[in-house]
Formats: sequence, C-alpha cells, structure tokens
Amino acid sequence: MLGQTVDPKDAAERLANAVAPVDAVEPIGDELADVIVALVQEVSQHPDADRLTVCRVDTGNGIVDVVCGAPNVTAGKKYPYASVGSVLPGDFKIKKLKIRGVESNGMLCSESEVDLGSEGGGLMELSVDSSPGTSLPEALKLRDTRLAIDVNPDRPDVLCHKGIARELGASLGINPRLCQIPGAPDDTKQPVRTGSTGEIAGVTVTIEDTEGCPRYMAAAVRGVEIGPSPVWLKSRMHSIGSRSINNVVDATNYILFELNQPLHAFDLDTLGGAVVIRNAQDGETLTTLDGELRELNAGMTMICDASKPIAVGGVMGDVGSEVTNSTTNILLECAYFEPKGIRATRTALKLTTDASYRFERGTDLQGMPDALRRAVSLIIAVAGGEEAEAPIDLYPNPIGHANVFLRPARVEHLLGVEIPIQEIEDYLTSVGFAVAPKDDRLAVQVPGWRPDVTREVDLIEEVARLRGYNSFPTEMRPFRPGTVPNDGIEILKARVRTALTANGLHEVRSVSFSRTPGPDAQPILNPLSADEAFLRTDLMTGLARSVEYNWSVRERNVRLFEIGTVFRRVGKDVRPAEQFHVAGVVTGARKATHWSNSSADNDYDLWDLKFLLEETVAVCGVGNIGENESGWAVTGEDGGRLGWAMEVVCDRPEWVARVFGFEVELTLGESTVRKFRTLPNTPPVERDLALVIPDGVDVAETETVMQEAAGPFLESVVIFDEYRTEGIGGRSVAWHLIFRAPGKTLRDRDADHAVKRIVETLEKKLDVRLRQA
Amino acid sequence: MPTTAAREQLDGIRSTSDSIPEADSDRISEIRRDLLGRKSGRLTRLLRSLRDLEPGERKEIGAAANLLKNQVESALEAREQILSQQTASDDEVDLTMPSRKGWRGALHPVTTVVDEICEIFREIGFTRIVGPEAETEEYNFTKLNIPLDHPAADMQDSFYLAPGVVLRTHTSPMQAHTLEQYEPPIRIVVPGTVYRRDPFDPSHSPVFEQIEGLAVDEGISFVDFKAAIDFFVARFFAKGTSVRFRPSFFPFTEPSAEVDVGCPMCSGSGCSTCKQTGFMEIMGAGMVHPAVFERCGVDAEKYTGYAFGMGPHRIAMIRHGIPDIRMLFQNDMRMLSQFVD
Ligand SMILES: [Zn+2]
Repeated sequence: MLGQTVDPKDAAERLANAVAPVDAVEPIGDELADVIVALVQEVSQHPDADRLTVCRVDTGNGIVDVVCGAPNVTAGKKYPYASVGSVLPGDFKIKKLKIRGVESNGMLCSESEVDLGSEGGGLMELSVDSSPGTSLPEALKLRDTRLAIDVNPDRPDVLCHKGIARELGASLGINPRLCQIPGAPDDTKQPVRTGSTGEIAGVTVTIEDTEGCPRYMAAAVRGVEIGPSPVWLKSRMHSIGSRSINNVVDATNYILFELNQPLHAFDLDTLGGAVVIRNAQDGETLTTLDGELRELNAGMTMICDASKPIAVGGVMGDVGSEVTNSTTNILLECAYFEPKGIRATRTALKLTTDASYRFERGTDLQGMPDALRRAVSLIIAVAGGEEAEAPIDLYPNPIGHANVFLRPARVEHLLGVEIPIQEIEDYLTSVGFAVAPKDDRLAVQVPGWRPDVTREVDLIEEVARLRGYNSFPTEMRPFRPGTVPNDGIEILKARVRTALTANGLHEVRSVSFSRTPGPDAQPILNPLSADEAFLRTDLMTGLARSVEYNWSVRERNVRLFEIGTVFRRVGKDVRPAEQFHVAGVVTGARKATHWSNSSADNDYDLWDLKFLLEETVAVCGVGNIGENESGWAVTGEDGGRLGWAMEVVCDRPEWVARVFGFEVELTLGESTVRKFRTLPNTPPVERDLALVIPDGVDVAETETVMQEAAGPFLESVVIFDEYRTEGIGGRSVAWHLIFRAPGKTLRDRDADHAVKRIVETLEKKLDVRLRQA
Repeated sequence: MPTTAAREQLDGIRSTSDSIPEADSDRISEIRRDLLGRKSGRLTRLLRSLRDLEPGERKEIGAAANLLKNQVESALEAREQILSQQTASDDEVDLTMPSRKGWRGALHPVTTVVDEICEIFREIGFTRIVGPEAETEEYNFTKLNIPLDHPAADMQDSFYLAPGVVLRTHTSPMQAHTLEQYEPPIRIVVPGTVYRRDPFDPSHSPVFEQIEGLAVDEGISFVDFKAAIDFFVARFFAKGTSVRFRPSFFPFTEPSAEVDVGCPMCSGSGCSTCKQTGFMEIMGAGMVHPAVFERCGVDAEKYTGYAFGMGPHRIAMIRHGIPDIRMLFQNDMRMLSQFVD
C-alpha cells in the first residue's frame, strides 16, 4: 500500500514510537524452506497396490521415484515436493520409506500439508513458471515478514493493514493506496441509501433494532463459483497466519484484515426473501458455526431470514445459512454494530470472534460503502459472478463526521513546547483528520475510523505521538510542594521493619487470601480457587504456613515477619474493614552457630518472644502488654485487644524447635516529643537482693511493692537470677538494685534502710522473704 | 560481731571483688586466697561469723554474703578463662577462625524497591501516602474514566467482594481520593497491594505491589512529566541507562505513555530477558485525563498533571534476576537471607 518496500525492523520501530509496540517480527516462508517445486515426468501404477502410483519426479537436482496416493497426480504437472530428511509445517519429518516393496524418495504434497489450504485429498497443482528445484516460498512469493502488533484497545483503526499503512505512511511521508486486486472489475455499483428498510435481489432487508445496528448494507452477487482461492490470496491468508477456506470466505477475511470491516456472506437462496435485524427474544436459539447451540437473550442483536435466526449480529453466523460449495448467489452483509451491545453479547455467549473483537472496539461507520464495494469486486475477482443490482444502504439516522476543536495554545499548555500551527495541521492531516482554521482555533473533522477521538485532549495526544514522545525535552522546571502530608503509617511501618530486621527477622510478603471461613472472614465472590476464597483476617496463619514450608526444605532456623493488611467483614455489600498488622515468628537457634559457643540452650524461647513483642509495641507507641493463660495480650487505651504473643502450635517434625509468634495491629499513636532527663551527677549505691517468692506471687507485683516501699531513691531494679529448688517454699529470684539521690551522695546507710523497708514490706504484703543462706 | 562491722566487711569484700575484671593472674590467686581462703578468707570468715548476729540481721547479711560469694566465684572464673586465652601467644591464635556472627534480617526485595522509588520521588517533592485495598467500582473504574462496558475494563479482570465492591486492580483509585480531598498542588506517590484475577505463573500473580504517582498543579506539562521520569530513571537504574517513551493507552491519562529503559541485563543489545528488544517496560504513565479531573471535581481547564504506575515485583525480578514471581511469595529463608545488606 505504501508503494515501496519497508525494512521490517525500521517499520517496527516507527510503529512502536508512534502507535503501538510490535511484539514480534517473524519471517514468513521459512517453515516451507525445505519444500521445492518438482515436475512429475511419468506416472505408473504401483505393482502391488491399486490406489498407489509410482512417479518419476524431476526435483531439479536429479530424478527420483516417489510413491504417491493422490488420485489427481498427472504427468507433466508441477507439485510441491519435500525430499527425504526435510521437514514440513507441524514438525513433520520426511523419511525414506518402502511402500509395499517400492522405495519412495520424499513426498509430493497437498495444500494442507504445506499449510496453504484445507484441501488434503489431492496434490496441490502448481501453475507457476518456476523450474523444478525452485523453493516453494520463492515460487509462490510467500517470503515476507510478519509483524505482530500489540494494539491498544482504543485504536481499532490499526487492527487492519490499511490503518497500519496509514500510520507508517505518516511517519515516512507517503500517502498509502490500496493494492490492485488482480482480475477485479473496473467498477462496482454505487450503494443506494434508504431508511430502515430496503430491497435487493428479491430480499427485503429491515432494521428493527436501529440501536444495536444503526447501519446495515447489503450487496448481492449472483453466479459465483465457490472454490479454492487463487494462489495470491492463499498466500495472503498464509501470511496473516490464517488458513485458506474458500474463495468467498477468504475474500471476506481479506477485507476484515485490510479495512477492519467484518463482513458476512449468506447464501441468498436460503433466505426466503427477507432479512430482519432485530432484538433477540429470551430463549431463542441458534447453532453457531462452531457447532454450539446458543441460547440468546433480549438485548442481543440478531439477524433473521424470513423464518429463522441466521446470525448473532456481529458475532457469528448460523450453520444453516452459510455459504456452501453449492452456493451460487450470495448476499453480502456489511454492517455496523454498536460496541456496547456487542460487548454484552459476546460476554454473555462467552464467544469472541474476529468480527466481535472489531465491532466491540468500533468499526468505521463512514467507511462502510467503500469496504463493501471493495469486497464485491474482490469476490467477483476470485469467485466470479456479477453484481445484479446496486447494494442497499440502510441508514435510518445518518451520523456525520465528528468535529472537535483544537486550540493551539492548549497544545503548548499541555505539552510544554510551542508547536507551530502548520506543524499541528500537518500531523493531523497525515493520519486522515481534516483541519480547517476557525478564529484562533482549528476545527478538526475526525475520520470514521477514529472513534477514540472525541475531545481536544485526544487531538493533543495525536500531535504528541506523531511528533514523537522522545522529541520532547526532559527539562526539570520549578514546581511547588504539595499539600498532601506524608502518611504516618508508612513511617511507622519503616520503623517496625528496622526494629525487626535488627533482631534478625526477615521480612516476607504473603498472598492476602485465605481458605478459612468465619464470621469475620470476607468472602471473595469470584475466587481463583477454594484455597483463596476469603481475605485473610490475620497474618500469623500465613507465617505459620511459611514456617512449615521452610521445614519442608530442611531449614530449622526460621525468623520471619510480615507487615500487611488484614480484612474484617462488616456486612453485606459493603467494603470490609482494613487494618495493617505486623506479625513475627521465630523458631530454632537464636544465635548463629559459632565454635566458641556451647550449643546447649541456644534455641529461641518465650523470653525472646516477649522481647520481640515489647520492641514492636514500643516502636508503635500504642498498647500495654499483659499476661493471659496462653502468653501475652496487647491492649489499647480503651481496653480493646491490639495483639498477642504466644507459642504457636504447628505440626512439628522431630528435628525442629518450638515456634513463637506475635501479631499486633499497627496503629498510629500520638506522637510525643521526648523530654531530656538530666544526667546523674551523684554516685549510685548498689545492692543485691535474693528473695523467695511463694507460689501464686509474680515478680511484677513484687517489684511494684518494692518500688512503693523503697522510698524516693530506688533508681532501677533488675532481675539477674531465678532458680527453683525443693524445700524453700517457692522460687528464688535475685535482684540488683541501684539507689541514687539527685544532688547528694547517698550514704550506704540510706540504701540499707531502704532495703530493710523493702524486705519488711514484701514479707508483710506478699509473704516474700529473704533467701536463707 | 556487731552488724555495722559485718556491713563494713561486706563493702570491703565488694570493693575487692570489683577489681577482679582488671586483675592479672597473680592478683587473681591473691584475691581468691584473700576472700575465699578456707581458713582466713574474708568472705569465709564473714559467713562463719553470721551465727553471732541478731536473727533479723543474720538473715539479711547472710543473704547478701551468699549472693556476693556466688558473684565473686563466677567473676574469678570468668577472669581466669580470659587470662588463660591471653596466655596463648599471639601466633598461636588462628585468625582464620570464623567470626562470631549475629542474625541479621533482610527487608523483602520488593520493600527495598518500593522504598527506593519513593525516596527518589521524595527528592522532587512527592509525599508518600497509602489507601484502601477494597474499593468501590466507582473509584476503581468510573472516576478514572474506565467505563465498565468498555474493553479497557478487560485489561483488569477483578476480584469482587460484593456487587460494586472490588479488590483494587491498581493504586490509581488514590488519584481520585486525593483529588477530591486535597487542593492542588498535589505531588504524591502511593505504594500498595493490588489484585488481578490472574492465576499464578512464572510472571503473573493475583496479588502484587504497585506504586502510583500523581502530580497536579497549574501549568504542569508533558515536559515536566518527562523530566520527572527521567530523573527517576537516572537515579534508580545504572548510570547511562537509556529511557524511551512510547504511546500507549490508559483511560485515565491522555496523552498516555509506556516508559521503557535500556535492558539492564544486556545493556540494550538484546537478550532473552528483554525478548531481544533491548528494552524493558517499567511503567505506564501519562498526562492526567481531563475526564478524571472532571469526575473528581477539579477544574480541568485550570489544572493539568501527570500520573504514573510501576510494578515493584517486576522491577525486583529484573534487578535481582529472579526468574519466577512466585519466589517472591514463597518466604523461603534461603532466598530471603540473600537480601541482607
Ligand atoms: Zn536484554
């Protein structure tokens, strides 16, 4: 269409920079590189099999004998030939064979064997001038390059070759032209515009559903001969990765890929004189071409003949009205179907076709007459026949071209670069927009193939992409700071991460789905699997599973934490409540192995867990830690539960250690500024105190009493030993006490008095006594 | 013996014991003899003399003395051990013996990527915020100019929690929330988890991380957009990494762009990671579509802006050469520990 050869790599680059990325640049013809043109010189009966012949074949590189089963093999004709050792499409390797005692050197091929058609019964006759030995891709001019383009959903215009040629033309400065169709009539009849009903070739066509189908055109071609397509058309089909079916079907596919206009050919003689485009009724059925019985619903647009449905409009036809080998007269449909209706229909039917894909994205409402006329001439060129009367054009409410105004100043405002008006006009006209200056604006007429362009900014995008995004400068200009403050929760998360990684835990990210139902579990209506049917309500379940996973790969030491969202169902049809949590789990050695360490008592225990919990709660700055039957609970100011820590029950193999875990809500507390405490300038007095704590008394209450009884100078208390032994009436706990008085040197006597008060009060209140020597 | 004398003795013993950590081996033997000697050791004698005290005093002093005895014994032992190691002459210490290591935890590689990206944008004035993972269709689609009956909605197959409620398919709903809640100028980055109904395979996950960016003010242009992205690429990727902007389509940006960087694996010469293109797609972006402003109550004539979205999982995979996205969800210690820094 461009009138010149374009380097595929260059074309791919130009398309990527201006339109859409090219996923693949693939050579075509390579798959048939092994196949050559061969001349059958002589055909003789196989001595031992009625249906087989033995052919003397000139391969251009010697004469060989080939056993052949095709009935149409004729001496003096040329066929595709694959020698021994060569490979046919589908990875089919040719071997030397003995067929009923006769050696066969290679294979003569049918068109289906070389992927050029569906005919598999007979050999593919080659009416080419090429001498034997010429490679088939050369002889049939199959060699080409295929670009697979990843088209964005807003650009239906580049779902076809003309659209791509238009874009490449704009980039190269060439105005593309459609290719000549070999054997096409000089002209076709001008369609006749009518309202919602019209008549052609004895068929009355009526649009009832003008919403779903605002424009419907039909042409009639009489006297066609359905048969194989000519080689040029077959090779075009091959080059787009599609298989040749027959001349009429190939012709409609050709137009679909050339102009993005899906067409449908009906057997005119089966229609009973009427075509009606109407809304389907609930429960109506038809059997689509893929053999499925489809149930339709109201809202779908259906094409019917005088008595029955013949197609789901814009999606797929019914088997009964298709063109068959005996068809001689066809009615060619060229329609526009409303994108939203097509989308609803193909979704309901779970059926996406080349046609529905295009209608859904928007076809060219204005380009239909040209597409239909080209289709008619192509059909006549490849299948014969003639156009008995002018096509009809049912277009009850014609819609003109859309017009959009563009302010050149707005182009500069949005793109940040001044672009001269002439340049803007040139970009727009290069891809088919018609531009007329009006006051200080440009009135831009949008071509029918660009349904995506509806407002000024769409035109500005056109200017930007046609100028080339990479041509704009990347110059950092001044900016104003924003009004949105940083979210404190992100800062908190970072601090928790720092604290926990510093303690040796690795951060993980688990999937937020869960398989566990429950009153709080928010179900997913369309989960991928039953294992992922709910949103998680905690992080620990996932962490425990990760611990088990690590055990399964023989990892005994596991230290993990996660910060993530958990969900709580709050009611029907509303969003679930969301909360960030942090959870951690540790098991195995609390220190890396070192040759100087004793290995005993090196595994994580409850006290490591309590520290991790304290660290986390301290970083959060919210919550108090208390004890309960299973471990510790974190509660908020209002008494609400914020978290917990305990030994986690897992299905443990022999060789692993106990597992300890915690989980806490991440809640942003009041940020408080810490006040500096004056450093002490007086010496401390230290005392150690070993006490026997009776059963039922804990150290927390013991320390509370200690603090109360000590008077003002007790600075700190630290437990440095605990042991349990029979016969002392409890357990022995030893404290290190530090006394200090601000501003004066505390005397030993003061400390001794304080210790004495502590001991007496403890004994009185808690029956805690000094340990006997 | 009077109590005060006993207390004074205790204090004396304590001060002697305080010198143990600095004592040499001769001094250690001396202290051992002085305090714990079977006959005349000071502590031994003190313990022996407890019986002469008043019962109340006896208990208190006794406890303190016993405790002190334990401490002295363990301090002597510890010092002796250290001294015995020191006696081995320097050339007998095998310095190739491994060091004493502590456990160190690693941030998840995706977190590191998210933090780095947000940090870089912070340098050019972007603040960091987060938003909900469950969204209404209105915020996930409609306000972002994605009609539910348009093929664009197919690009984002969603999980539904209730009619009209989805797990967000991108972090872009926060564009709408922010535009409604704050006056421009707006400069934000929004990291967060998003959901698409894609089963797990080596390059897809139904759950993954995304970072949204949005800048809105009077007079922000395509040049500002390119400059910000260019700044980011220059900071985040290796020196000299090339950037390419290509047209693309997102319903909420116009013009829309896809941003590619030169493939970090092959530096642009083409390899299997970049499918021979020499480039890697790293973000979708563009100028905020005026329809988004209109739907969020912002004057689209007065304000312009740009928005972008990136996938930290993909970027982490590219950066570290992780072949399968599922490994980022497997929580395998052997993998995680590779990212300790
Ligand atoms: Zn590469």
